[in-house]
Amino acid sequence: MPDDYRRTLIRQISQHAHSEVVGQLPEGNWITRAPTLRRKAILLAKVQDEAGHGLYLYSAAETLGASREEMLDQLLSGKAKYASIFNYATLSWADVGAIGWLVDGAAIVNQISLCRTSYGPYARAMVRICKEESFHQRQGYEIMMTLARGSKEQRAMAQDALNRWWWPTLMMFGPHDAESYHSQQSMHWKIKRQSNDELRQKFVNQTVPQADFLGLAIPDPELEWNEERGHYHFGEIDWEEFSRVIAGKGPMSRDRLEARRRAHEEGGWVREAALAYAEKQGTRAAA
Amino acid sequence: MGKTNQHLPLWEVFIRSKRGLDHKHVGSLHAADAEQAMQYARDTYTRRSEGCSIWIVRSADIHASQAEDSASFFDPADDKVYRHPTFYDIPEDLKI
Ligand SMILES: [Fe+2]
Ligand SMILES: [Fe+2]
Repeated sequence: MPDDYRRTLIRQISQHAHSEVVGQLPEGNWITRAPTLRRKAILLAKVQDEAGHGLYLYSAAETLGASREEMLDQLLSGKAKYASIFNYATLSWADVGAIGWLVDGAAIVNQISLCRTSYGPYARAMVRICKEESFHQRQGYEIMMTLARGSKEQRAMAQDALNRWWWPTLMMFGPHDAESYHSQQSMHWKIKRQSNDELRQKFVNQTVPQADFLGLAIPDPELEWNEERGHYHFGEIDWEEFSRVIAGKGPMSRDRLEARRRAHEEGGWVREAALAYAEKQGTRAAA
Repeated sequence: MGKTNQHLPLWEVFIRSKRGLDHKHVGSLHAADAEQAMQYARDTYTRRSEGCSIWIVRSADIHASQAEDSASFFDPADDKVYRHPTFYDIPEDLKI
């Protein structure tokens, strides 16, 4: 296997894994405040799935010779990147709906494309993940539907969540094709099978009718069906905000890393005790 | 931190689905011992009733054939076509 191909894959797969893991935090914020027991059980299951996605992906990266400790270190030290969408705050319950609908929706578009990626273990992890994602998106959309059909205040909450999550979601697909060097190389190696702009367009096309159905307005005055292109035309992303958040200056960047570090440190004694116990059992069995 | 960074060994997970005839490799995980690996395997790989039986084995205990040797290792089977039923010319209507 060529070294560059391996390095690129390790970078991409571990970033993807980190994103799944950090992605638990914004929604985890609402588990104890879910409005009903049904919603709480669903949200717990969804967040648990994201932990699972992280694990599948770390395993896939490990087949390339990256160690789990190394990857974890890179995340905790702030050296590794993860999807910047998770550096935004979840301010209301409607955000949980918007995240499932939009963020998981965008992730699905990206991940379906990655099911055909050239590295087998990554592709297989994607297939497994895609099977689980559709529940994530549907539960989110159901929350939006409930709010959109609710009181005036609930409709306002739903609209406000859409307003705040729309643009960051579009940013998830990355820079324009022309500006993305990595992306061209990855297309060449068939790690990436469709370009950032192609995937973004696909997401917009499928999401606009879903917003219409909810009776919510997408916060983009330029958004308009283009008959000739057979696509929705949409406005320009605020690329300065994009760079700022990528550079770790997102509204919640510091909190997210701190939460991960704390979780890792607080779990330290459990790992230590489990290993000590295993060792003791092993000595006993040998005796 | 020191000891808190001690790492947990790697395990391979095999699952048999309800209608599956054999255990299939589904992935790997880190755990301190077999018992913990079993619980993690259940939580990681069977959240939607994907299986009715789990095997776990320490990755370190797996011996794999070497990719570099695969030619000399597997080629001997290639020239033994007579091991396949299609090698034999038998009139079709005999249904043998
Ligand atoms: Fe996920
Ligand atoms: Fe998800």
